[in-house]
Amino acid sequence: MPFSSLSDIQNRLNNGETTAVEIAQLYLDRIAAFNSTLNAFVHLDANHVLAQAAASDAYRKEHGARALEGLPIAVKDIFCTQDGPTRCCSNILEGFEAPYDAHVITKLKEAGAVLVGKTNMDEFAMGSSNETSAFGPCRNPWDTERIPGGSSGGSAASVAAALTPAALGTDTGGSIRQPAALTGITGLKPTYGRVSRRGIIAFASSLDQAGPMAGNVKDCAMITAAISGHDAGDATSVSDAPAIDWLAACEAQDMKGLKIGKPKEYFVDGMDAEVRQSVEAALQKCEELGAEIIDISLPNTEHAVAAYYVIAPSEASANLSRYDSVRFGHRCDNPEDLLDMYTRSRDEGFGSEVKRRILTGAFTLSSGYYDAYYLKAQKVRTLIQQDFIQAFEQVDVIATPTSPIPAFKLGEKTDDPLTMYLSDIFTIAVNLAGLPGLSQPCGFASNLPVGLQWIGPAWHEDTVLAAAAAYEGATDWSNQHPAEFNMNGGES
Amino acid sequence: MSWETVIGLEVHCQVNTDTKAFCGCSTVFGAEPNTQTCPVCLGMPGQLPVLNTVAVDKTILTGLAINAHINLESKFDRKNYFYPDLPKGYQITQFTVPIVEGGYIDIPTKDGGEKRLGVTRIHMEEDAGKSMHEGLDAVSHIDLNRSGVPLMEIVSEPDMRSADEAIAYLKQLHQLIRFLGVSGGDMEKGQFRCDANVSVRRPGEPFGTRTEMKNMNSFRFIKQAIEFEVVRQIEIIEDGGEVIQESRLWDSVKSESRSMRSKEEAHDYRYFPEPDLPPLRVSQQEVDAIKAGMPELPGELRKRFETEYGLSSYDADVLSQTREISVWYESLVAAHPADPKRCANWLANELLGRLKEAGKDLADSPVSAKRLAGLLDRVGDNTINGKSAKDILDDMMESDDDADAIIEAKGLKQVSDTGAIDTIILEVMAANPDQVAGYRGGKDKLMGFFVGQVMKASRGKANPGMVNQRLAELLKG
Repeated sequence: MPFSSLSDIQNRLNNGETTAVEIAQLYLDRIAAFNSTLNAFVHLDANHVLAQAAASDAYRKEHGARALEGLPIAVKDIFCTQDGPTRCCSNILEGFEAPYDAHVITKLKEAGAVLVGKTNMDEFAMGSSNETSAFGPCRNPWDTERIPGGSSGGSAASVAAALTPAALGTDTGGSIRQPAALTGITGLKPTYGRVSRRGIIAFASSLDQAGPMAGNVKDCAMITAAISGHDAGDATSVSDAPAIDWLAACEAQDMKGLKIGKPKEYFVDGMDAEVRQSVEAALQKCEELGAEIIDISLPNTEHAVAAYYVIAPSEASANLSRYDSVRFGHRCDNPEDLLDMYTRSRDEGFGSEVKRRILTGAFTLSSGYYDAYYLKAQKVRTLIQQDFIQAFEQVDVIATPTSPIPAFKLGEKTDDPLTMYLSDIFTIAVNLAGLPGLSQPCGFASNLPVGLQWIGPAWHEDTVLAAAAAYEGATDWSNQHPAEFNMNGGES
Repeated sequence: MSWETVIGLEVHCQVNTDTKAFCGCSTVFGAEPNTQTCPVCLGMPGQLPVLNTVAVDKTILTGLAINAHINLESKFDRKNYFYPDLPKGYQITQFTVPIVEGGYIDIPTKDGGEKRLGVTRIHMEEDAGKSMHEGLDAVSHIDLNRSGVPLMEIVSEPDMRSADEAIAYLKQLHQLIRFLGVSGGDMEKGQFRCDANVSVRRPGEPFGTRTEMKNMNSFRFIKQAIEFEVVRQIEIIEDGGEVIQESRLWDSVKSESRSMRSKEEAHDYRYFPEPDLPPLRVSQQEVDAIKAGMPELPGELRKRFETEYGLSSYDADVLSQTREISVWYESLVAAHPADPKRCANWLANELLGRLKEAGKDLADSPVSAKRLAGLLDRVGDNTINGKSAKDILDDMMESDDDADAIIEAKGLKQVSDTGAIDTIILEVMAANPDQVAGYRGGKDKLMGFFVGQVMKASRGKANPGMVNQRLAELLKG
């Protein structure tokens, strides 16, 4: 019962078996029971959730159901919402309440969804473990001594523990897919430009993209269908993106004729052996389903992390300049002068990982270093894009592990940023190339979930969804849930 | 040994759009502080810029008017620096690939020729807000109404060799942008601001070290600042010193400049491509359409007015000062085609003079071109003389009556009847026998006296040409 899919809940609502208020209450009870363990939610106004659910029930009665009528969806603290605080899990946004909704929040509301609170994340989405949050780390429902991945760790944990059936995340270098993989759920990063970024707090503008995190492929498709589309308010949102029949793509039963690329650079020494075995086994399963596995090479993959850690901090260093304490957010006490106000407010407001990236970005953009770092990184980015374009002349879709390792322990990598950065080694290139990527569960390593990543050509989310749906239908991994949370809220 | 001055100019010109460069806020000047703002121009989290295409078109038009190349693909960049009136902590501008490159402006030279001054580039950018410190105790106030207002930065080559040439360039540019309707150009409102890069060298030598005079908004101050700076630099060098590359601020009260920041203290703006805006692409067809809609430029217009209407170069210059005046003039000529020169005189000298006194623009003129033409028709057919016409124009400024009605009501119809004029002349001659004798004795200058007396006696209504003619006849005796 708690681990219901959005489609299940939708059916029960449509049949009149339950109401949006009952559903909302069920999940609010679970949050009340489990959030102290997981710290998945950093802000929740239960009354506001119930009010939305009641309004949804009334709407359904009067006008009939919209696409996501009455379905509870949690959103990452990076989405600006008019209701309640938006903090991006940073102290610099102390007291900030956005007077506007992000475009995707508006879209969810228009589709009748019930928005449930704000989920935990790495501060400004900078992290792979959710440990840089100003609200403390979020924990992995499969082992609460471990991290849920990041930066969308709260959204991942919420879905994995069925605190909500689905959530929104954002993905700049793997922030949807890596936590999805580490918590055994499904997450989709759409093609860059498919979903409006307006009202989403920017980390690295040329890489950021919002997407769904849910219990299965179809639920992800339902949400993406609702939030995607051109927004005249975001110049990078594409107006002539090829339309997709999101739900039809998820009907795929087999993989007959599908050419799946298996890039050798994603199956390397140093990755966890069980992770590798799980993904190899998944590919074997795909072959059984009719797919052809083709060995390919994406030769510039090895430079992706380096290029990313120049481009993303460069953009972030400018994006985070607006947090200057002049108009909103944290301001230090009794500043002596303007410089003191800037430096002390920002020093107090930003955590160490955010500072590291601002400094990195300011350095890589600075006069005399720009060509060697930023410009070089952009050239690498172009090469990586070309790698994919060439690969997709040969194959329909690419399959890789999402993360080289399963969830690690809290604190295990916090003192070693470089090792931490490597946990995104398989997800980053997808952002640099602007492609759609999906992670879905495909097994376990040391009793921790392993993620299978699908990468498609630009605008071909349907290919990705079809492959993932066929695999999901032929396996049982998406139905595995952490036992500790497999009960109703009242029972704990 | 003589010194040569080298000057290059950067002009920040506000593009007159209804809304800001990247959001829908109004650009109207003078509103209550922070009332023309929105989350975008306040730099709030997650907000994104959307480019105002009107600003793009006007910048392209300006580029075409200076014979420049229009880049069909240009790029936006972020210029990073912290200041409280810069909400995002960066300015959106065009650094590597501006929309306009390589044009020129011709200025007249003293010997009657022309000198061609190169324009390196015009790029689009957004303005910052305003900080206010004066009269405030230990606090500063920020007004973000101006934040995000579209600007063109027009950068010249270092082609000017004197303050006078710099001013001539600026005046030409200032006229041009108003002519094109791309900017109000109101310098007091900061719509046309100038930075001057100044250096000196011995003729033939490489450029000397330059200093930059920042943010001046009056031709007079710019001239003073450049002249002051030239003297300062020459003195430094002649005293064996070296000019330091720095930004300087002109103090118009003390008539001197002072250092703002040296090269070492200069900002590293960390320019990089603006990821929130895709490259700006315009098609050749769009550029051609803008070109087709380009009005006649002041220089061309001046020449045409001289040849087509036979105007003096002075009148042609006055009437091509603004597009508004030139359009008004031609509609006046259309309504009074008999004498384009008369139209020029009456517009340039009489109407514009009266409007200036009344503190009004031509757009607010109480006398329309059609009404003025009605008056000029009566001058042309000798119904009234020039003196009466000027009085009638005064009346027209205050009422809606047309010339004929005023002439009728005030009985100002010119007397052109020979008999009536002769009668007056004979009366005047009878009353002034000594002067008649004097004139006949060779004092030709007394003619003026007789004309005055006759006009006075006719209460200004006598046709002056006929008075002259008949006087000459009758005084002969």
